[in-house]
Amino acid sequence: MIDIHLDKTLQSRGQSADTSLHLHVQTVLKSGDFVALVGPSGAGKTTMLRMLAGLTEPDTGKIVVDGEVWFDAGKKINLAPQHRSIGFVFQDYALFPNLTVRQNVGYALGKREQDWLDDLLGLTGLATLHDRSPATLSGGQKQRVALARAIARKPKLLLLDEPLSALDIDLRVQLQEELARLQSRFGFTTVMVSHDLGEVFKLAQQALRIEHGKIVQTGTPAQVFLSERHAGKLNLQAQVLEIRREEVIYVLSLLIGKDIVDVIASDDEVAGLKPGDLVAISAKAFSPLIFKRALADGGVG
Amino acid sequence: MNLDLSFASTLDWQPLWLTLKLALIATGILLLIGIPLAYWVAYTRTRLKPLVETLVSMPLVLPPSVLGFYLLLAFSPQHAFGQWLEHWLHLRLAFSFPGLVLGSIIFSLPFMVQPLQSGFQNLPVSLIEASRTLGKSDFFTLFRVLLPNMKSALLTGTVLSFAHAIGEFGVILMIGGNIPGVTRVASIAIYDEVESLQYGAANFYALVLFAVSFTILLFVYLMNRRWGRLA
Repeated sequence: MIDIHLDKTLQSRGQSADTSLHLHVQTVLKSGDFVALVGPSGAGKTTMLRMLAGLTEPDTGKIVVDGEVWFDAGKKINLAPQHRSIGFVFQDYALFPNLTVRQNVGYALGKREQDWLDDLLGLTGLATLHDRSPATLSGGQKQRVALARAIARKPKLLLLDEPLSALDIDLRVQLQEELARLQSRFGFTTVMVSHDLGEVFKLAQQALRIEHGKIVQTGTPAQVFLSERHAGKLNLQAQVLEIRREEVIYVLSLLIGKDIVDVIASDDEVAGLKPGDLVAISAKAFSPLIFKRALADGGVG
Repeated sequence: MNLDLSFASTLDWQPLWLTLKLALIATGILLLIGIPLAYWVAYTRTRLKPLVETLVSMPLVLPPSVLGFYLLLAFSPQHAFGQWLEHWLHLRLAFSFPGLVLGSIIFSLPFMVQPLQSGFQNLPVSLIEASRTLGKSDFFTLFRVLLPNMKSALLTGTVLSFAHAIGEFGVILMIGGNIPGVTRVASIAIYDEVESLQYGAANFYALVLFAVSFTILLFVYLMNRRWGRLA
């Protein structure tokens, strides 16, 4: 059980006084759960993560993890990050440039834990890269190193700040699966900031939607996301790739996820659109055709 | 150019050795003081920060003779600080080698602290934070992560301080005078030789200082270029 009750007023510097944000978060997380923090940027998600890690001090409140008090403003308890059982994956990965992959992952480990380090490198697919320096790694590889380093000490609480946002979709899917595997194997409680709905559905048991510093919705990802949308409709985010005129209608080539789809559009719909625009498309979903994906597709297997 | 070369037989290497000794000791102590000071200035949030930055940078704009004059007054056994030093530490800083070292340290402080400070500030804050979340103390992080990732700032600070200590003239003349073997460093010797119209000897010292400074700076730029390419 992780009991969280946090208050903090955030001032945005260099702007007028009314840009301050009052963050007020009160919730209980079940140990071993995968929790996603969703909501618009600037709502306080990253700050909440940093307060859990001890990197930002709340104005007032309490954090109790499995009976251990990490923060209690009333009793003036504030454990340093060093004394909290956490792993943190930063948005910029924060790999140590002067250390090899192996030294980065093993940074927090003692000499006696080298066997575990070998296991971990194998488990995260880093064994062959162990003596490379971070500057020579691709984005996905860096992300893996950051993740392996964060779980090396087997923390109670794994905190992920938009860990996959900088990666392309294929790599993302691959790392999401890896993350799910590690989570179920080690059973740490994970809190992840994410903007990617697919990711949240795939990984999280619980989603918290934060807006203007408050938790406005909490529940399973389905409860949080589906309730606000019209039932029985497919809602997709897409990017316009090309607009063609054919006879009396327009054909839009759209990028939806990693698929390209041609749809028919009317004059009104095309007006003002240009390639590169992001659009929402909506379709009735009462009789969709559903097929299980073949394994050869590299899909669910 | 028709220089008198009669000095060559009685060549006095002592000012050069003294200069080298002074620069090495001053630079060594500057590294020990400069790293914690730059770290503090780079990460502190106290309102005193601008004041400390100003004090550290003063030698950049202050005429060396001003600094030397006040140091001389402070070191003088007729004043409280000088008396205290002599009584408790048996240290006489006016017109002595330890006094030169202290003067050089104060005068070269900005050349060490400023590159190190910007070295620290150029590193992403997330490096320290990541190390904290991995259970390591800030002291451990400094030596294992921060310093190894700012080698070029360390090199620049060290070499500029060293080169500056080699070339310092005004402060040293004020607090050290011109005592052979004690405070007569190369820059003073040049002045002295010119005063007594020994242009050959002056040229010798000047040429050595010129060559040393040129080599040092060239080395810094070559190394920074190499590290820049690696990064």
